[in-house]
Amino acid sequence: MQGTGTMEAAPAGGAAVDGGYLLEVESVRKEFPGVVALDNVQLRLKRGSVHALMGENGAGKSTLMKIVAGIYTPDSGSFKLRGEDIKLRGPLDALEHGIAMIHQELNLMAPMTVAENIWIRREPTSRFGFIDHGEMRRKTAALFKRLNIDIDPDIQVGTLSVANRQMVEIAKAVSYESDVLIMDEPTSALTEREVDHLFTIIRALREQGKGIIYITHKMNELFEIADEFSVFRDGKYIATKASTEVTRDDIIRMMVGREITQMFPKEEVPIGDVVLSAKGLTLKGVFSDVSFDVRSGEILGIAGLVGSGRSNIAETIFGVTPSDAGTIELFGKTVRIDSPATAMKHGMAFLTEDRKETGCFLLLDIQENTQMAVLQAGYVKNGFVQQKQLGKDSVEISQALRVKTPDMAEPIINLSGGNQQKVLIARWLLTKPKILILDEPTRGIDVGAKAEIHRLISKLAGQGVAVIMISSEMPEVLGMSDRIMVVHEGRVTGFLDRSEANQVKIMELASH
Amino acid sequence: MSTNEIAGPANVIGSKKRLPPEVSILGVLIGIAIVFEILGWIFVGDSFLANKQRLSIIILQVSVIGIIAVGVTQVIITAGVDLSSGSVVGLAAMVAASLAQTSANPRAVYPALTDMSPIWAILAGLGVGLLAGIVNGSLIARTKIPPFIATLGMMVSARGLAKWYTLGQPVALLDDSFTWFGKSFNIFGFPLPLPVIVFLLVAVIFHIALGYTRYGKFTYAIGANPQAARVSGINIGGHLIKVYAIAGLLSGLAGVMTAARAASGQPGMGVAYELDAIAAAVIGGTSLSGGVGRITGTVIGTIILGVLTSGFTFLKVGAYYQEIIKGIIIVAAVIIDQHRQNKRKKT
Repeated sequence: MQGTGTMEAAPAGGAAVDGGYLLEVESVRKEFPGVVALDNVQLRLKRGSVHALMGENGAGKSTLMKIVAGIYTPDSGSFKLRGEDIKLRGPLDALEHGIAMIHQELNLMAPMTVAENIWIRREPTSRFGFIDHGEMRRKTAALFKRLNIDIDPDIQVGTLSVANRQMVEIAKAVSYESDVLIMDEPTSALTEREVDHLFTIIRALREQGKGIIYITHKMNELFEIADEFSVFRDGKYIATKASTEVTRDDIIRMMVGREITQMFPKEEVPIGDVVLSAKGLTLKGVFSDVSFDVRSGEILGIAGLVGSGRSNIAETIFGVTPSDAGTIELFGKTVRIDSPATAMKHGMAFLTEDRKETGCFLLLDIQENTQMAVLQAGYVKNGFVQQKQLGKDSVEISQALRVKTPDMAEPIINLSGGNQQKVLIARWLLTKPKILILDEPTRGIDVGAKAEIHRLISKLAGQGVAVIMISSEMPEVLGMSDRIMVVHEGRVTGFLDRSEANQVKIMELASH
Repeated sequence: MSTNEIAGPANVIGSKKRLPPEVSILGVLIGIAIVFEILGWIFVGDSFLANKQRLSIIILQVSVIGIIAVGVTQVIITAGVDLSSGSVVGLAAMVAASLAQTSANPRAVYPALTDMSPIWAILAGLGVGLLAGIVNGSLIARTKIPPFIATLGMMVSARGLAKWYTLGQPVALLDDSFTWFGKSFNIFGFPLPLPVIVFLLVAVIFHIALGYTRYGKFTYAIGANPQAARVSGINIGGHLIKVYAIAGLLSGLAGVMTAARAASGQPGMGVAYELDAIAAAVIGGTSLSGGVGRITGTVIGTIILGVLTSGFTFLKVGAYYQEIIKGIIIVAAVIIDQHRQNKRKKT
């Protein structure tokens, strides 16, 4: 499967094997029980370059990163750092060799100060062995100056925004004088301006000769920041190329291994009667006077900035946090929805935003995860679960959603994020909902799976399901919704029809 | 479930059958038994295992703990804990015994309620346990205080109630029809006491309940991720009340069995049983952080506790040393088990 890309990658970095590359990982193999996560994979990182890793969920990017960062040990393969063969014994060992990973889930201690977080285990001490806070502050300030970061070293990390925490993480990595920096989807929680700042810092690091490995699902970032990129698919290495010599479609083709004909396959379907009608919904201090209708067969998009209250509205409709004022009408009748169980009884389903916190049962297997919601309503006789029928139906639905797993008895924690998301969608589809609320249905999901999920949403609407979809991704909202409701600071600022909606109008309403 | 091959791309291999986690705990049990067997021949000159009487006593000693442990396992799976089981055993034993006295006792607790059918004594004992469990569960579900605190309160108060009930006096001279429940029966030449049969029956019932009913599925779900469970439409508070009520009911049952076997009720019955029950569950692979645990493991864990006690006595190890070594072995067993599980996760 080694594409021709290998050849094209080499000349730019110079022919010398040990001169050009900071990091060379060759023919790496890694197996997990039941799954080959990486099969004969390679990665060559040049000094002073940003190297993006691309691939669908489950392609093996994260596994490869964890090997580079010393978290996993490869089953076989060679690992060269600055031309020397090494074997990492753990993440700490990797750090001492100059390889630092900035995690997707940030690893800072919230109650401690910025400076304490950065210099932990390496605190400068005074003569008597006490921590020299003054010196620590000076060192932090110097570090921040070098990176153009403007954060008070004495402030508690817990009070910082996600973006600022990320800056602290990066500064911490740089403070180890690391040559290799690994960033796993660093922009997933950042605003546009914050992303710009991050990119400035990344460019500065590149100037200083660092090698940066950058994992992302966002195609435009690849063209903006990356010098080279490597594509992986199903645990195999596909190719390495310079980002200037390809187009967006080329990359998608490499990642998916097939053509994706249409990104947002929204079908025109007849729209029926109003099934859900919210009137003056209010949750004190969060949102107020929210009113909207959703019809069967309709996809209502909810757009707005993070923190605008869009997820809270969904939670209230589903009864997770019952409203303080206002009413919800379902199929023409006013219903008091005080718990998710009540909402489900009325045919609602709610895919939450946070897979880990409110979605997956990480300790349980795929089957258990798939069936948990439907047990409230069916497949139970005299208290006993009708496991045979339920198992059959679960497998059928998982197959339709193309969940990649050898076995439904596999713990869900072993699945990639995109596959976990599919399992959660399967969980709700089993309940045959009439109203489906989706909060960021494709966050952190690769293009292939994204298109599949979009097709599925469209199909459900075609079957008469009323869909409410919250999304931060503008193209998704614009491409999928029949109507878009825009929320700003807890208030509905407007509705846009499919025909009139565009990115500018939404942004105007979302930021007022 | 092994045939659920899902049509998918390249990184799919055939599913491997995994051994259930209990196998390793069973290995520990067999290992301990073999060690005692060998030490027996060396130091005592006798076989540890080839003794029907001893095997029967091993299970009898732990059957009461085992009944409690089945309930406690379910509580721990929900990421909770029940510290009140031992005290509830004492209280239930007192209440049951007080309704099972013969009229031959001139100082019966309720002179008007003697020589009754044992059914009343049993129902009263079970009722006391159930009530204590419902109180535990309601406190946890409604006030959201940690299970540790709620059941700690019950532990102290139930013990106090047990003492107050007769002002510290034991309840003696129980009717034969009641003490019958502590007797042994010969089954295929093997002396099997009724408490052992009850223990195994309880274990089978709740093994099935946890594995195959909605009750069981929800129990694991709540322990694995309470927030996700709530969003999946599970009524967490209501379910927790059920789980603690069952744990209380089983403690009540254990109290009845204890009183029947001892042919008396004493306020000090069941002291520290909750700790043995928790130990049995944890040795058997139940995770204190919730979401993981099986009754089969707990049964093996319970028997391990019994084998340890019996083995030490057989080897004539002093009582003080027994406790010291037992504590070490409990911790060691859990460390080994955890290590093994981590290893399995990482491979």
